[in-house]
Amino acid sequence: MGTVWFCLVALMLTVYVVLDGFDLGAGVVHLFVAHSEEERRLVSRTIGPVWDANEVWLIAAGGTLFFAFPGLYATSFSGFYLPLMIVLWLLILRGVSFEFSRHLTDATWVSFWDAVFFLASLLLAVFYGAALGNVVRGVPLDNQGRFFEALWTNFQPAGETGILDWYTILAGVAALVALTLHGALWVSLKTERELQARAQDLAAKLWWAVALFTIVITWSSFKLQPHLQASYSARPWGYIFPVTAVTALILIIVFRRNEGQAFYASCAYLVGMLASVAFGLYPDLLPASTNSASSLTVDNSKAANYGLKIGLVWWTLGIILATVYFVMAYRRFAGKVSVSSDEEGY
Amino acid sequence: MQSALAVDRLQFAFTITFHYIFPQITMGLALLIVVLKTMALRTGNEHYNRAARFWAKIFGINFAVGVVTGIPMEFQFGTNWSAFSKAAGGVIGQTLAMEGVFSFFLESTFLGLFLFGEKRLGRIGQWFSAMMIFVGSWLSGYFIVATDAWMQHPVAYSLGPSGTFELKSFWSLLLNPWTLWQYPHTMMGALQTGCFVMATIGAFYILAGRHEDYGRTFVRVGVIVGMLASILQLYPTGDGQGVMITRYQPVTLAAMEGLFHTERGAPLAILGQPDVANQRLDNPLTIPRGLSFLTYRAWTAEVKGLDQFPRDAWPEPIELVYFSYHIMVGLGTIFIAIFVIAAFLLWREALFRRRGMLWVIMLAMPFPFIANMAGWITAEVGRQPWLVYGILRTSEGPSPLVSVGSAWFTLIGFMGLYTLLGILYLFLVYREIDRGPEAGVVASSASVN
Repeated sequence: MGTVWFCLVALMLTVYVVLDGFDLGAGVVHLFVAHSEEERRLVSRTIGPVWDANEVWLIAAGGTLFFAFPGLYATSFSGFYLPLMIVLWLLILRGVSFEFSRHLTDATWVSFWDAVFFLASLLLAVFYGAALGNVVRGVPLDNQGRFFEALWTNFQPAGETGILDWYTILAGVAALVALTLHGALWVSLKTERELQARAQDLAAKLWWAVALFTIVITWSSFKLQPHLQASYSARPWGYIFPVTAVTALILIIVFRRNEGQAFYASCAYLVGMLASVAFGLYPDLLPASTNSASSLTVDNSKAANYGLKIGLVWWTLGIILATVYFVMAYRRFAGKVSVSSDEEGY
Repeated sequence: MQSALAVDRLQFAFTITFHYIFPQITMGLALLIVVLKTMALRTGNEHYNRAARFWAKIFGINFAVGVVTGIPMEFQFGTNWSAFSKAAGGVIGQTLAMEGVFSFFLESTFLGLFLFGEKRLGRIGQWFSAMMIFVGSWLSGYFIVATDAWMQHPVAYSLGPSGTFELKSFWSLLLNPWTLWQYPHTMMGALQTGCFVMATIGAFYILAGRHEDYGRTFVRVGVIVGMLASILQLYPTGDGQGVMITRYQPVTLAAMEGLFHTERGAPLAILGQPDVANQRLDNPLTIPRGLSFLTYRAWTAEVKGLDQFPRDAWPEPIELVYFSYHIMVGLGTIFIAIFVIAAFLLWREALFRRRGMLWVIMLAMPFPFIANMAGWITAEVGRQPWLVYGILRTSEGPSPLVSVGSAWFTLIGFMGLYTLLGILYLFLVYREIDRGPEAGVVASSASVN
């Protein structure tokens, strides 16, 4: 039962990264690919009707984590206290900058919120990557299974670690380039003409950065966390996840002139990467850098079985409903946005 | 404040108080927008559609702020209250996760459709979307109240080997008797806020001589729905909530009523200041035997005073519980008076000529917010010193390793950010009211959220 919920929480977080990932990426690229106020509006219209629903995946995943693995939720949220709070503030700034900028057409107002939107999106991508880096590297859990990490200490991924060290910063930058590429491909999918061409050019350049960081982060992760290699050696079928990621990464560049397939390949790349991490960590949820006996695992963090079983019933029902809403909403807003359509760009 | 506990509590109190300004508006307005959309559908009059569109814009701004300030609430269980979360996550995690899965997806996707897809949805599609937003937001309220109700009156659990709460019965958790009263009571409070907001802006338009036809619609809808909500607030929901407190939290009842000594035929205090040091109510204005009747339906029944309970079981500060409760009840009574008089004048077709009454409605705007806040303070401070009533003390709940300094850092951060949010919010809502319902559809993705 614990393993099922491990997969489901991982699935929800993956869906969140794939969906909100293009919102964040679009937030990062919009200042570069859109050259006029009109084009910037167009980029924000591509995510306007969906970004909030995308963000719900994070909230729902947080709630699901809370009920399925209360021990992990409590330990990790309090241990990652400072970065989580900063993420919350960034989510607030991202949300209001996006919502509030539309209300006035005044140039000063709009450009201020555009800048906030850009910065908040960029920092969120970095923090998400760093958070994942922290989980992979492990945290200094004491013998009661507790920890608290400062934002940084000496930037070394050993000993008394902070949230930011060279490895987690590397993970943060890797996440940033991957999500920026994802966002550029989204913009290319949803727009036309010069705007689309600029997004595609940017994507082609970003691709090399993503490829480079994929290699570097994979190599350093395996160096730093021996548990990963152990998982793959024990269950070699898991290599399917990294193979998926690499194949998808290659397909992104192969399909660079076909915006639909390139975007889906980027989705597959993100899924492959995240699934690789989840597979490598299992059955650990949060490895201890101090003593592997203190690691939080599926078994020592899960809630009681009755609750997990009943949860499976309503969770399945709820996610089916959510999928129906999403298919409906995305179909309703399918196709390119353009200036010539109605006020909302559809 | 030397302990992290005090700062953790202050941060939760501050963020939840600010957050709840917005859901009470959106939950109230969601129903009123359905009312307007239904009127548009039945009469075929475009006036009601424009009225609904205007309120949808206001709703959108409120929803955006409500969402962004709501996420920190869910996260704070883990960040600041990890000992509590670890113990109780197996139970309250259920309701919190269900809120995300069942309400937020519904609300956010249909709001996106409602605001961005107005032209293509068709009349029935629009009405349906409005309905789904209403269902989503009221469902969300249910799961949150069910979570709080479990902390007030824990049911459906057993204590596991490591001191954690384990869920025993899913349906008993969802149908906690405490929830069944607290939920309608909370929703009627939110609905009154929505009604006052709508009626107030309507009264403002009439008094200012702008958009008067819309003003009349807003006042009419706000007053009629508000009258029903204000009465239901008192009876049966408020009464039922009182019965729950009498039965399960008698010490809280004593604090709410300022009853220091156990009495047969206990009086009901209308006014007066609790003097905790001397254990009495100063300057009391009371209804003799009123409390005994209200709680037990018998004029001479014995009501337990604070003297029956050990000091460490008192919901401190007593004064806060006492005053917040009295403010809530006092305002609730005034709301019934305002709505009933206004509805009567409406029925006599005299309301729109009575400028005095319109002034009263317009100036009433801040008070439903105060009443809702006061109600929540009564419930949550009244629950003290317990986090989970009778089982887990509030002092046992915080995260053990989060330092006082870290807690202050984030509290100050929230204060700064929320001040900024509040100013922007007021500015944008003022602007929409100033533009009025006739303003063209702005490209307000604003509202997606």
